[in-house]
Amino acid sequence: MEENKLIVNYIGFYSLVLGLFSSILIFVLSIRSYILKILDKRIFSVSFLQLFFVLTSFTSLIICFLISDFGNETVFNNSHSNKPIFYKISGTWGNHEGSLLLWLLVLTLFLFLFILKSKNELKSYRCLTLVFQQIIIIGFFLFVLITSNPFNYLFPVPLEGLGLNPILQDPALAIHPPILYLGYVGSSLIFSATLAAVIENYVSKEWAKNIKIWILISWIFLTLGIALGSIWAYYELGWGGFWFWDPVENVSLMPWICLTALLHCILVLEKRDLLKSWAVILSIGTFTLSMCGTFLVRSGILNSVHTFANDPSRGIFILSFLFFLILMSLAIFFIFFKEEKKNYHKIYFLSKEVSIIINNWFLMYFLSVVLIGTLYPIFLEVIIDHKISVGPPFYNKLIIPFLILFLIFMSFAPGVKWIRENNIKKEFKLLILFIISLLTSFFIYDLLGKKSLINTVLLSASLYLFLITIKDFFSKELLNLPQKISHLGFSMLILSIILNSILSNEITINLKVGEKFSFKNENIYFESLQNEKNKNYQAVVGIFKIEDEKKNIYQFQPELRIYDQPEIITSEADIKMSLFTDKFLVMNKIKGNEYFNVRYQIKPFMLWIWVSSLLLTVGAFLSLYRRLYEK
Amino acid sequence: MVKKVKLRIVFLLSLILSIVLSVYLILKALEKDVVYFLSPSDVKNLEKIASKKVRVGGMVKDKSIDINSDRINFVVTDFKNEINVSYSGSVPNLFSENKGVVVEGFLQDRNYLKAVKILAKHDENYMPPEVKEALGGK
Repeated sequence: MEENKLIVNYIGFYSLVLGLFSSILIFVLSIRSYILKILDKRIFSVSFLQLFFVLTSFTSLIICFLISDFGNETVFNNSHSNKPIFYKISGTWGNHEGSLLLWLLVLTLFLFLFILKSKNELKSYRCLTLVFQQIIIIGFFLFVLITSNPFNYLFPVPLEGLGLNPILQDPALAIHPPILYLGYVGSSLIFSATLAAVIENYVSKEWAKNIKIWILISWIFLTLGIALGSIWAYYELGWGGFWFWDPVENVSLMPWICLTALLHCILVLEKRDLLKSWAVILSIGTFTLSMCGTFLVRSGILNSVHTFANDPSRGIFILSFLFFLILMSLAIFFIFFKEEKKNYHKIYFLSKEVSIIINNWFLMYFLSVVLIGTLYPIFLEVIIDHKISVGPPFYNKLIIPFLILFLIFMSFAPGVKWIRENNIKKEFKLLILFIISLLTSFFIYDLLGKKSLINTVLLSASLYLFLITIKDFFSKELLNLPQKISHLGFSMLILSIILNSILSNEITINLKVGEKFSFKNENIYFESLQNEKNKNYQAVVGIFKIEDEKKNIYQFQPELRIYDQPEIITSEADIKMSLFTDKFLVMNKIKGNEYFNVRYQIKPFMLWIWVSSLLLTVGAFLSLYRRLYEK
Repeated sequence: MVKKVKLRIVFLLSLILSIVLSVYLILKALEKDVVYFLSPSDVKNLEKIASKKVRVGGMVKDKSIDINSDRINFVVTDFKNEINVSYSGSVPNLFSENKGVVVEGFLQDRNYLKAVKILAKHDENYMPPEVKEALGGK
């Protein structure tokens, strides 16, 4: 039995090494094909081999986790024999080494898909894309093998593992990393393809059409990945919020903003052959931000649940690799980029081109706010050793005023024609809609008895965008459905976030068993406690009865879980989700005391935040589908 | 030709203007909304108590937690100095005596902080770097 376990580890390790060799081979072959101006057929088979080796290695790691081989250091640190099978498998990427292996798997998978899908494109461009993508892949192979080998073997073999952090034992967290990685890694392919296109002077309408598929794919996964992380934070961290402007969240938002800008900018390149250098800069920027995020999160500079093990050598490796890639891309950009033909005279102020430039302008502003808010504390700490943190007020103050303009702009800009818009619609309907949304928001605020001019305006702007997009769905000629869906999703997202933040109510109170309290016409009664024994944790379940104003009685059962390995207490909130309101109850035990710290929240429109994020991706997915299948 | 030049000038000017504006706004906001981190000893040595929000990190002193239905009072110490904290709100699971903690709130005087938030931590081995430092690597 022990020998078999060792064999699995050996297979895993040596397929990684073989993967590195095939990776170097592809690199050499692609350079050779580029110089000889042919496309070596062997590249295809070797890249299949590369994918196969990484897949084998990854499968071996999954097997190690499944059979709980505690001789394997990664398994020992992150698993336990009592853990449910589902979390044994998801634990494979719930740690530093395994998640890098997953990253590598996705990288090689995307390379393989690119080779398959780019058959109709220029040979030299394909070869060069392979070269750059292989540089990234080789970098990651070396990173895994040198600093974070997942197959380190321990002697003597420990009898039991240390266990996986219980808050990671969760279905959303099982799929959040793979999905987010698909998004990040997609951006690496965009990066390589862009560099190749710059060298080949192929940044053109044709190229834009092809690369847009990859932009859409990574955008969809990035959006879903961020949404999943946010859903997880909502129900698992027990705070009842979904976005905290935490640095770890910000580093995933930054590539998203940049990629969104690219998604719009590439349209101009595709239709009008303009904004070439800007598209190149955005592609390089998106990937750089993704890598920066990886560096900040993994190196332990930003402390969070994502920081698995703080090992300075890993941080230094990613940092030097990151600098190498940035310098390489900048050098290529400045040496090879051909100044585009001067065709500025074709641009008219009232045109779709200009409105997309303005869109990018806004997005870049949002990006710089998030970037500075995230990096400034880090720099300050390194340089003058001051510890500070930047919280939500900073972001709200800087983003909301411009978000208002952005939303209003977004309500008419998509209707503007390419090249030149001659007749500006002076439709009476639009004005009426605007007045309706303005009045509605004033009414809502007045009803709540709150006064905040800027939030009222923000609410009316998002309501206006929402109404306009809805109106467009019913117009006679429904052009560009995917864009309409995504924009509807965006307006709904902002709308539900605002309504959620102004209509939410919460109370925190310390209670003993048997006590009751009332809150907003609801009576909350802490009935009793029950103990439950589960496979890898014991639960203390609080039984709460809540009676609302209509005398409906709900039972809430929030849990405190005491996990065996590692011994950690977590709170499981009980959330009663309905179409328009979530009710959220969570309790914590204060050690050595009979009081429980109980937090009850009423959170309207939570569901709609998730639905609208999904709607954003539905639009992108539809656009992708049309591009792939409706030629 | 003239039109082309004019458009470029408009574009460049608005670019520069928007960059200047955003840098100004961001710096202005940073100045106001940044939260400083202090240890109990830092608080003792403050020259004046600002009305701004601060974070204080240290250990929760042994046997110092006192609870009633809407408040939790406790003492945060860095083993040189200590500060009384009063808090009402939700408490993370790992909050307990003799464990590291970071509280965010408003200083009332050099001995008393009204907290609005106790920061969550994710596992018991994890200690915020601020706390580690405040405890002098203890």
